[in-house]
Amino acid sequence: MTYVGIIITFVFIENFILTKFLGLCPFIGVSRNVESAVGMGFAVIFVMSLASLITWAIYNLILIPLNITFLQTITFILVIASLVQFVEMTIQKISPPLYRALGIYLPLITTNCAILGIALIAVQYEYDAMGSFIAGFSAGVGFFLALLLMSTIRERLDLEWVPKPFRGVSIAFISGGLMALAFMAFDKALLRNLIG
Amino acid sequence: MIKEFTKGLIKENPIFIIVLGLCPALAVSTQVVNALGMGAGVIFVLLGSNIFVSLLKNFIPPRVRIPSYIVIIASFVTVVDLLMKAYTPTLSDNLGVFVQLIVVNCIILGRAEAYASKNTLGRSVLDALGMGVGFTLGLLLIALAREVLGAGTITLFPMGNFNGTIRIPGLVESPARVLALATGALLVVGYFKALFNWMETRKKGGA
Repeated sequence: MTYVGIIITFVFIENFILTKFLGLCPFIGVSRNVESAVGMGFAVIFVMSLASLITWAIYNLILIPLNITFLQTITFILVIASLVQFVEMTIQKISPPLYRALGIYLPLITTNCAILGIALIAVQYEYDAMGSFIAGFSAGVGFFLALLLMSTIRERLDLEWVPKPFRGVSIAFISGGLMALAFMAFDKALLRNLIG
Repeated sequence: MIKEFTKGLIKENPIFIIVLGLCPALAVSTQVVNALGMGAGVIFVLLGSNIFVSLLKNFIPPRVRIPSYIVIIASFVTVVDLLMKAYTPTLSDNLGVFVQLIVVNCIILGRAEAYASKNTLGRSVLDALGMGVGFTLGLLLIALAREVLGAGTITLFPMGNFNGTIRIPGLVESPARVLALATGALLVVGYFKALFNWMETRKKGGA
């Protein structure tokens, strides 16, 4: 698959939140207002791109030569946890304003299943290094897109009257479901028409 | 003691009340058999990690406790993954990457941190069983709603001359296919959550 194909696939067709249900906790948790959605979105794009590149390197340069691919899950989760820690410390040193914007979202990312998900999926699809990086980046963009849309919907919902049992998480799920319905317009046929 | 077990079933049901561990819950709830498989995997990992965390709670330095918990959990997940690949390959294919994603299932780390690291072995085991069974029940409920209405079937394990699929007359010819798709999962969870909220307020006496 070409790199453009990978981007379209992960941003729209296999959107992590709306078709694969990866990263639902932050989707519901930090989508209350647009500002925090943007912060979380950028943090996820950043960590996802890095994580998929690094886990590609570890899988292909360490796990395969040593024939210990069954340790994949343990290695990946540890790499991601330390990467998040490392990124947090680096940003804090290099750019305090950026740290103030993203800081509180970074620790939450370790247990975001979308990050481990992209690492495992990129290995499963057997992408090369560049492909893995692009897949991670575009999955992050897809996550950002869904989170941003959701947060604008929820800011509006706050002003509307909602039946009492549906308030909060419940209506968020139902709105998410309707959004997923809209995303179903993006499918494999669309990809074929676009890039042949 | 028995309360440690039953609280996970309804009062603190991980899916509907605490709203944790939803990613796998939604992704694998298209068929009842997948829900059962996922539930079994989660119960096993939860039980293993709660036992180990509870036994090791005095040896793990507090500063590195989260990474230690993650390593314990990841080891059990690897065991489940390899066992599923070996003995139930179709189930393993259906669940795909979600078996490995049990690692980041918030319920498991949540119980290790909030419960097993502070309580005795016996209580932790009961807590793990209760939470695990509660998770499975929640998953089963979502899967039943989605499969019965969305495909008109109930898929179980094939046994003897029973091929594993129950077809429901009337529904199987014209199912509401939208519920079997991604959007259906979110809608079903949203409505179930509303139902639980409604029951909660009714129990308290105010409407």
